[in-house]
Formats: sequence, C-alpha cells, structure tokens
Amino acid sequence: MPYTGIPLTLIEEAGAKEGDRISLKTKDRTAEGVLMPHHDFSGTAIITLKLDTGYNMGIKVAADTILKKIADAKPPSVKPVPKAVGKGDRPIIAFLSTGGTIASYVDYRTGAVHPARSSEDLLFANPDIGTICEPRAEVIASILSEDMTPDIWKKTAEAVKKAFDGGAKGVVVTHGTDTMGYTAAALAFMLHNLPGPVVLVGSQRSSDRPSSDAALNLAAATRVAMSPLKEVVVVMHASMSDTRIAIHRATKVRKMHSSRRDAFQSVNAPILGFVEGDDVCISELAVMENDGPFTLKPAMDERATLLWTHPAMSTQMLDAAFATSRGIVIAGTGLGHAPEKVIEHIGKALGAGKIVAMATQCLHGQVDMKVYSRGREMMRMGVVPAGDMLPETAYVKLMWAMGQEPKDDEEAIKLFVTDVAGELTPMRRPDEGDDRDDDMKKGGEGR
Amino acid sequence: MIRQQPEYDALGLKVGLEIHQQLETMKLFCNCPSELEEGDDGVIETVRYLRPVQSEMGDVDAAALAEARKRLRIIYQSTPTTSCLVELDEEPPHPVNPMALETVLMVAKLLGARLVDEVDFMRKIVVDGSNTGGFQRTALVATEGKVRTEMGEVGLQTICLEEDAARKMEDREGEVVYRLDRLGIPLIEVATEPSMRTPPQVREVAEAIGMMLRATRRVKRGLGTIRQDVNVSIRDGARVEIKGVQVLRMIGTIVETEVARQVSLLDIRRKLASRGITKQSIEKDSAVVDLTDIFKDCQSKVIRKGLEKKGSKVLGVRLKGFKGLLKNENEGLKLGGELSGYAKLAGVKGIFHTDELPGYGITDKEVAAVFAALKMDHNKEDAWAIVVEEEQRAHAALELVIMRAALALEGVPKEVRRALEDGTSEYMRPMPGAARMYPETDVPPETITEQMMKALPDVELYEERIARFMKKHELNEEMATQIVKGGMDDTFEELVGGPAKGMGKVTAATLLNTLPELEKENVVFDPVDLPKILGPVIHAHGQGRFSKEGIAKVLRAYKMGAKDIEGAIKMAGLGGGGADKTQVEAAIAKILDGRKQFIKENGMKALKPLMGAVMEELRGKAEGQVINETLKRMLEERVE
Repeated sequence: MPYTGIPLTLIEEAGAKEGDRISLKTKDRTAEGVLMPHHDFSGTAIITLKLDTGYNMGIKVAADTILKKIADAKPPSVKPVPKAVGKGDRPIIAFLSTGGTIASYVDYRTGAVHPARSSEDLLFANPDIGTICEPRAEVIASILSEDMTPDIWKKTAEAVKKAFDGGAKGVVVTHGTDTMGYTAAALAFMLHNLPGPVVLVGSQRSSDRPSSDAALNLAAATRVAMSPLKEVVVVMHASMSDTRIAIHRATKVRKMHSSRRDAFQSVNAPILGFVEGDDVCISELAVMENDGPFTLKPAMDERATLLWTHPAMSTQMLDAAFATSRGIVIAGTGLGHAPEKVIEHIGKALGAGKIVAMATQCLHGQVDMKVYSRGREMMRMGVVPAGDMLPETAYVKLMWAMGQEPKDDEEAIKLFVTDVAGELTPMRRPDEGDDRDDDMKKGGEGR
Repeated sequence: MIRQQPEYDALGLKVGLEIHQQLETMKLFCNCPSELEEGDDGVIETVRYLRPVQSEMGDVDAAALAEARKRLRIIYQSTPTTSCLVELDEEPPHPVNPMALETVLMVAKLLGARLVDEVDFMRKIVVDGSNTGGFQRTALVATEGKVRTEMGEVGLQTICLEEDAARKMEDREGEVVYRLDRLGIPLIEVATEPSMRTPPQVREVAEAIGMMLRATRRVKRGLGTIRQDVNVSIRDGARVEIKGVQVLRMIGTIVETEVARQVSLLDIRRKLASRGITKQSIEKDSAVVDLTDIFKDCQSKVIRKGLEKKGSKVLGVRLKGFKGLLKNENEGLKLGGELSGYAKLAGVKGIFHTDELPGYGITDKEVAAVFAALKMDHNKEDAWAIVVEEEQRAHAALELVIMRAALALEGVPKEVRRALEDGTSEYMRPMPGAARMYPETDVPPETITEQMMKALPDVELYEERIARFMKKHELNEEMATQIVKGGMDDTFEELVGGPAKGMGKVTAATLLNTLPELEKENVVFDPVDLPKILGPVIHAHGQGRFSKEGIAKVLRAYKMGAKDIEGAIKMAGLGGGGADKTQVEAAIAKILDGRKQFIKENGMKALKPLMGAVMEELRGKAEGQVINETLKRMLEERVE
C-alpha cells in the first residue's frame, strides 16, 4: 500500500521518492534517513525512515511537518553472485520457474519478497548448482501459487516436454508450496512415459533468511533431477532438520502444515526415497522404466468443483456448484458419506448428467461406500468412489479425465477410476508415515 | 594495569554501554513462558545450517560471512514447555507481547527518552546459530534519553525491544548445540552515547540504568538476566564491542584490558609501518603452502594427533615482517592471539607461529625446514603460522590469518569480542554494519498511542520506595534500603499489607536476618511459597503465641514437614499457646530451687548466669523480656 494523505503530500512536495535520503522535522523530533515504503499495517499518518543505525522508525507527520529531500536514492548495489561452473560433461537440467517463495528474491531496499523474474534471479539462491549440472533456466510464470491456474499447468507441461525433447536429462519446477500438490498431480496426469524425472520443489522459508530451506531443497531437487527416476515427484524437507530431503510421488503428496519445513507428506503411500547430502536413495516403488512413447496429454476441463461436506451445509451451495460444473468431487466424511439432506440434491444432479465422485476428508485411508447404508445409497445413485485418492488429486484428475473425454462422461468416469500415475494404491501399509524422518528425540536414535 | 583518569584522557578513551535486561513477561513473539528449562526429558533435537544472505544494501555482511565460513552444523534443542514452533523457525512470529511493549515504554518514560510514533521490528542478521532464523528481531522504541550519576550526565542513544538468543549448551568440532528455552525472551536494550571517560564511570552508569530497569518490577533478576556490552575506543583505535559482561564489577577491568589491547595494536601498526610492510606485500606472499612432509615424524602431540584425522594436513602461510609482533611479553604484543582468534572461525583449534617456536614439541630443525620451504630467512624479521587440520578447514583458517594480519596495518579493527570471566575478551566477529538490518515483514508495526502512554502503570523509583517503607512501616534507612535493593520489597509488601499488618520491623528482621541464618542451616524456602508461610508465622507471633526467637523454630518446623501454622507451633515444641505466666514461673522456680547454694553465695550477681539456664529451658516458649522480668523478680524475692 503506498503512502496517502499528508505523508504523500509532504513526499510529493519535496520531490522525494522511496529510497531517497530525507530529513523530517515534526513538532517533537528531527530525524534523517532513507524514506522507506509504507507498510500495509502502518498508520496512515506515519512515515517510515531507515536511520543510519539500520533501524526503521515510524514518525507521525502533520501538515506543519517539514520534509526535505537530501539526496537521491543510492542505486541498489546488489552484486551478482559469481556462478560456479563445473568441469567436464555435466547433464543438462532444465529449471522452470513458476514463482513462489523458492524463486523469490528480496528487494533489499524495502525488505519485501518478490518472485524471480529472470533465469538469473532463479539460480540466485544457489549459484553452486552449476558445478553439478548444466542449468537451463526458464521463467514460466511469476505468481504466488494460490494464483495457479490449469493454463499454467499446461504451459509448464509443455515446457517440460520441450526441455526433454531438447536434451535435458531432468526437469526441476520451482513452485510456491500452497498449491504445489495440485500442480504435481496435474503434471503427472499430463505427462506420459517420461524419459526422466520431473521434480517439483518449493520452500517454506524465503531465501532472504539465513535459515531458508530454499537452497537445500533446490540442491536436493537438482540431484533427484539427475537420477534415473522417470516420474513426477515433489522434493521437500523430510523433517524439520536440514539433514534429509524426502521424494514424494506427485499424486500422493499433500501440504499438511501451514508453516513447517516438512509440510509435505505422502498420504496413503510411502515416500519414494530421499536425498542426504549428495546421495539420492530411491525405493523400488519408484518408476524407473517407461516403455511407451513420451506424450503430452494436457487437455483439462475446468468445469469441476471440489466441495467438502460439513454439518449444516447448505444445499443451495451444492446446487450452485452443480449448476456451473460438469463434475464434482465431494470430500465426504469417513468412508465417503454426506448429510441426508444433500442426498436428494446429488441425486438430481446425477439425473441431470453430472459426474459426482466421492473422496474422504479423512485424507488417510480409502473411500468405501458399501459399509454403511448412506454409502450404498449414493453408490446406487451413481456416485463414483475415488478410492484412496486425495480429494485434491481426485479433483485434478477429474478435470483431466473430463478434458481427455470432452464428450463422453462414461469414458471420463472410466479414466477417473483407472490408475494413471500411481494415484490409486492397492494397499495401505500399517507403517505408513513411519518413513517420515522425525527430528530426533534427544538421546534417541534416528531412523 | 590500572590507569588514572588523566591517562585515559590522554588516550582519548570513549566508552559506550549497551545494557540488555530480560523481562518477566511471556516471550516476545509467542506464548511460551520466559523460563529456562533443564534436563533432557521431552527434548527434541533439530539439525540446521545457516547461510549468509545479501544484506539490504546488497553486500553480504562481513560478520555473517565470517560465521558462514565455518559451515557450522547447528543442533537446536526444543524444550517441551518453554519453546514452540516459533522458536524453531517453523511458525511465523505472533504479534508482539503487549506487556513487554508496555514495559519498554515505562522504561523509556523513566529515562526521559523520546518515543518513536510507530515501532518497526527489524531483522538483524546473526548467523552464529544463536537465532534459528539467522536473525535477531529488534525494534527501536525511543531515542535521546539520559541518565544521571554523581559523575555527571550520560546521554542515551537508543532504547530497543528485542528478543534474546538461544542458549549455547555445547561447542563441538564443527558443531554447536543451542537450547531454545532462552530464545525469544524479551530484552530491553538501553544504549548510551560513547561518552564515558573512565572505567569507574562506566560501572556507575551501568548500575544506575539497572536500578531504573528494576524499578518497573517487570524485569528478571539473577545471573544471566542482565548482560552488558561495552564499546571501547581510544584515539586512533577503533570501536570494539565486547559482548556479554554478566558481572557488573568486571566492567572496569574489561575496559582496562581492552584499552591495553588497543594500545598494543597501535604499537604493532607503527612497527609494521617502520618495517615497510604494506597490504600489498602481505597479499603478495599470502599463498598457503603444504608443509605436511616436514612434520611427518614430528614429536608434537598436537601435530601428531591432528595428522591422524582423515584428510588432515599441515598448512602454513608466510608472515613477512611480523617477527616479534606475534608474541612479545616484554612489550605486551600479542598479535598471535588475534590471528588465532580469526583462524578459530574456520573451526580449527588454533595456530602455531614462529614467536612461540621451537616449542610444543616442534623442534629447531623443523622450524628451520619450514623457513626453507617457505623460502624465507630465519634471521630476518619474517614469521609464519601453521595449522594442522582437515585440508579445506586448514586452508580457510590460514586465509583468515592473512586477512587478520593485513588488518594489523590499520591498527585496531572494528570488531565484536566476547567477554571472558577473567576480564579479557576473545574475537567473535567483525563489527556488523547498519546493512545487516532489514525489515521483519512478519511482524506488523505497532503504533504508540496516547491511550497507551496514559494507561502506563506508575513506576515508583527506588529512593521513593525506600522513603515510603521508612515512613509507613517504621523501618530505619538501612533496613528499608536492604529490603528494596535486595529485591525483597514485593514479599515485604505482601506480608505487611496482610497477615503481618503493623509489624514492619519484625517482618523486615525476619527477611533480612532470620531467613539468611536459616539458610546457613540449609533451611531454604522457595521464594514463591515464602509469603504463604511467613504470613501466618509472623501473625501468630504478633498474637503472642511465641517469642521472636520462636519464629526461626516454627520456620524450621515447616521445613521438617509441618503442614500449617498450628502443626508447626506444635512441632516446634512451643505448645498450643506458648508458655503462660504460671508455666514460666514454675519453670524458673524449678531452676532456682536447684541452685540455692549458688544464689546464696552470689546474690543478685547470680542473675546473669541464671538467665542462661532459664533461657535454655524457655527459649521460644515465651518472650525474652517476660522471662527476664520474671526471673529478676523471683530472684529478688529469694535473695531478700
């Protein structure tokens, strides 16, 4: 939010701009420093100065305040970090940036975090990458991941195809963490018979902090991109420690914490491996061979909705969703249930030719609609159980299945219930979650 | 070396102080209690690495870079009840603790400082691992205060509110362990102008500021809850910040030692200049040379043990023109220690240099061989330094040695040092610039409103409180001062405001005399329980249930397991209601009966010896005065 009111008038009258050195004389104090941008939560009459001590100070100004410009802003003296270049033959790795915290850099004048806009910005956080591979960076988008769209999924998938066709051994996609799980699933559905790994990576702490997880995650992602994997994966911290980075299957991973470094977890499936230092360990569950031709199937039908049932939910909301959608994924309770009062509305929608799929808001475990009468009733009506797919994965898959079968709902449903990219797992093991590398109890032994 | 004021004036000594005081509130940016937690139960360890980041002005901060060279493995211990995800840098900070903000406003007002209109929190880059985020959160709250002492007035530059750092538990090779209980405890930082001229003045000012802080009654007390940093410079020297002085009486010594160090460094600079040493000449000869072969059969334990490690080498650098400057006890020159301080940043234990060799098991022959290998003349003014360590680390250490050697040409480098218990200090990091601060975007700015200022609780200064205690509770000045400055004022007020009403003197005497005496017998009460126990005891004494002497007995009984005042009185053998008049008379009569001959021979002179025997019997069961009068009366009767 820019300055308004009296501060703006004072600044404009002095011909000053953010970053300029100014002096302020109010009734109470005189101060000199660099004019800082207005903070969203600052008072409207406050001007923020950066003092020579480095501290920022908020000063309340009035019409009789004297603001003088002393000097022009110093051009930011950000020195490009010299890129390290390795010797010999290094594999080409494509770095596709979509934005988000990992690809963000700090405006050192204001401290604000901005998405990277160029390939130079992109590798800014980790200039060492050039020693192990030949990086080819490309900016697909500069957005916060909450602004992600199926269009950008498509663009990304196309860029992945192009990168492999152009000789890349692997692809790293840097992504904001909020919707990284959705994008991972979308790419997994769109890209068939991958010749190498596609690695989505993000960070939970921006790279302006010394404690950022960005560099370590990106380094690990690069290692995974150089591995013999042949599927789409998400690579993020396995625990709160900077010791082990987990590899997750794209269709089984979900952001399970709003802020922790190990927010991403595989649900209903074990992790596919991990990275420790320079070593990549990949489990036998991972896809290492693809026989068919590498193809891109990017079509998506965006007329889909993801809805969570809840007590006292409004049937109007449901009707409105049906009105604008070709298909709906309901994240129901327990084994896949919905309140009695919405059953009739679901029935009507099914009668009107809508696709209705049922996932579980428990996230863990699979939908089983034959156990209780409510489930059986919905099955009879034609609700499609989504197995152990995460609600978000089911939603992306429904869009993709409908995109692949634009006319034929029957075929779209068939595609929806068929395992395409490891999203439907035949069994869930009792030790699920145990592969999470827990931060060690003091004195205890790590896994 | 104790210098006198004129000497300090001649040297152009200027000292500034930064006082950091922990507050007795919840933590600054989360709801954890501001307490330390011992033991390993429920402690979870997390491993992290910190990286330097570009500062706001685009440079990588020198201090941050120096730390990052170490590539330290940092282990954080999350304590179960005193830390949460915020301390672990796994959750954004919560809004600033209002009580802590209010307290710093109280302090600013007391010190006559000018408040900012809006408090903006900053991130101050610190990558030694003491802060999980790699920065300390700090905000400027007020400027331009002042503090007066008998030696004059000293201006205050800034009053800040900041978070305390994590607690260092262990330093291992390439690894450091921090506990997160201390991280985030609110600190008030008061920084003075660098205008103090003598060590005694520094101490006086530190004391005066400390008293002001404590007057708010919202600050923590005890060792480690207040820490002083001292900025010292002399003419032609540079500002050196010495961090973490915990004991006030050491402040003077620390200033004196630092002055001597700077004087010596200026001396070294002059000597280097006269030898024609320049930055260029140092850098030209700065190549690191592998000398492992020379030391293959070395008898030095340090070298042998060092070489046992995988990948270890003995590396060395030339220090042309530095002979006699690295260690010269006669002239107080100790540049070697400075070089070693820098080298340690790379994670090595230390360096060997020519001013201390041959020695430590390194022979003349080996020294000569190194001179030859470095193509230097043994007899010239040249010196060298070696390090035994894993190659990469050894290399980094020697680069730092060269860096520091070049700084010797400037005299005193601006730097941050750590205060040691003996009054000396050791190198920590270069002086950070203003550039290492950038806005903490996760914490919204706090506007300081008129309502906030109006709602500030009144603060009673120490002198005011002492005067009030003297007047209202009839204490003499000594007692009142001891109660207030000794930190017993809260307990005292709780007691005399309730169960011990009107008994100020007894209450004060109990706190100041009885409790310390009991403490010698290991009868110690938790300060939290103290008012609950003392109240009924002093009250019962006031009711005449037992004498003043009985107070200690009853308190001992509590420690022996008595649950309440009645139980304690009983256990102390003071009966239900103490000894009444007839019981006292009966007891005295019995004693007098047994000493008839003695009384006959000595008459009234027997009073004093008899008093001893009587007191033995009745101590704590009746007032001394009552016993005394009764004995005197009964003895008179018998003598007559």
